[in-house]
Amino acid sequence: MTSQPLTADLTRRAPAAGGFNLTLLRLEIRRLLRNRRTVLFTMVLPVFFFLLFGLNSAYANDRNPSGPGNVSAFVLINLALYGAVLATTAGGAMVAIERSLGWSRQLRITPLSPAAYVAVKMLTAMVLGLSSLTAVFVVGGITGKPSMPIWVWVVSALSVWVGSLIFAAFGLFMGYLLPTENVMQILSFVLVIFAFAGGLFIPLSQYPHVVQEIAQYTPLYGLNQLVHAPLLDTAPHPAWIANAVVWLAIFAAGAMWRFRKDTARV
Amino acid sequence: MQASQAPGARPGSAPADAISLHGAHKHFGTVQAVRGLDLSIGQGEVVAFLGPNGAGKTTTIDMILGLSQPTAGDVSVFGLAPRQAISRGLVSAVLQTGGLLPDMTVAETARYTASLFLGPRPVDEVLRRAGIAEIGDRLVGKCSGGEKQRLRFAMALLPDPELLILDEPTTGMDVEGRRSFWAAIREDTARGRTVLFATHYLDEADAYADRIVLISHGLKVADGTAAEVKAMASGRTVRATLAGADAAALGRIKGADSVEIRGDTVIIHCSDSDAVARYLLNDTPARDLEITTRGLEDAFLALTGDGADVAATSPGGQR
Repeated sequence: MTSQPLTADLTRRAPAAGGFNLTLLRLEIRRLLRNRRTVLFTMVLPVFFFLLFGLNSAYANDRNPSGPGNVSAFVLINLALYGAVLATTAGGAMVAIERSLGWSRQLRITPLSPAAYVAVKMLTAMVLGLSSLTAVFVVGGITGKPSMPIWVWVVSALSVWVGSLIFAAFGLFMGYLLPTENVMQILSFVLVIFAFAGGLFIPLSQYPHVVQEIAQYTPLYGLNQLVHAPLLDTAPHPAWIANAVVWLAIFAAGAMWRFRKDTARV
Repeated sequence: MQASQAPGARPGSAPADAISLHGAHKHFGTVQAVRGLDLSIGQGEVVAFLGPNGAGKTTTIDMILGLSQPTAGDVSVFGLAPRQAISRGLVSAVLQTGGLLPDMTVAETARYTASLFLGPRPVDEVLRRAGIAEIGDRLVGKCSGGEKQRLRFAMALLPDPELLILDEPTTGMDVEGRRSFWAAIREDTARGRTVLFATHYLDEADAYADRIVLISHGLKVADGTAAEVKAMASGRTVRATLAGADAAALGRIKGADSVEIRGDTVIIHCSDSDAVARYLLNDTPARDLEITTRGLEDAFLALTGDGADVAATSPGGQR
């Protein structure tokens, strides 16, 4: 045993980047993948839906109204988006579980800064979103049904992934707003409504006019239009971009507001 | 975010107190949980923070750890703001309210925490010191309360902290669990760490602390060694055999509160038993001198002025 200095060594330093590091990220992702329910809802379910709706020979090989691909490819992008949105929301909403368990309080007595904690949560959510959309795209590719040029596969996947950042922010906001372990049960219901209103499950043209008008302002509408733009060969409409950017700003500001309250109190 | 590296202590200056509170107040709305607490704990002391539920122990610990800001007054840890001391790994804690993630294993939880500190102790070492090396692969959700508490202790050891704070660390443990937990802590404090532990188990305070700080209703009511705290409340009783004792003369001894004479036996209740004993032995033919102290429990009840459980609406337990 070493001899004990009489006074504490106060020259120690704090870690860089508020304690952010890759070990955290690795352990967080391993933890998420260990959770069967998360894996089921964010990966198995969207893949299952694609196999159910994306391969139906009644329409799967039909051409889309415009662009180079078929309907199967359209459904593939729908479900990749749905999966990524569920996954990033679930990832962000983990803060609710960690708050209700007291883990965030435990972390407050470590050098991890609140901002670094949020960064870890957002990155974890984005990795989960990427796994989800990769699962859908890979299974879709294996079936051979979806038809679109390679560059559309790549651009669609990228835009789904980048766009799901909106829902990582949404999950984070809700995670701070609803301090309950059952947060995802509430949020998956909310997401289904967003998905219907955004035209993910049924084309908006099949709704009454009033519903179509309102639907344009819901959080999945703009993103859904944008991620299909390469496949349909349409130019991104400014209103779609505005919808996506405004909702990202709203969710990020909401998350920031709750996060500030939270760090002031805990 | 900041990689702070401001020098802590100036060379040559007196070592900073491990903990220093000046006039610390904490109010929750109209509830005054802590009402002007002054406390200095020097480096290397092992201090018990004793008080009934709702006395303000947890509230005070939260302020020392930077988990809450004092409504008024100053709190510093090694002369630094609490948050700075935590970032540098100078202070760590086993909290009552600190949760663990049930879907990580014991070793993963420790690795996660270790990754947050600069130059932490090895995970294997702290798990071994906390006595949970064999259950590293167990999911936290499958651990018993005592095992989780040991994991919290292991996590607190990771930064090799200069100050370790334990908030009611053995709550919910059985007698054997408490004993082995304290054995682990004691082995650890032999290395010269400063330790502050909150407890409402009097025997723990008596057995493990060099110093006891007793608080009640948000105020410090006693501060000293276990023996001093006991004496403060109930005084001591000096009993001796002394034929033909002069009650009036004995009553005039400094520090004597009351004198009782039963045949050849005198019983003197006093606040300063040393002075009484000196007088009896030097100035009278008294013999068979016996000095007794009442238990810490009596001191506790006398000083806190109420039963062990004061308020059901404990502000100390609030977030």
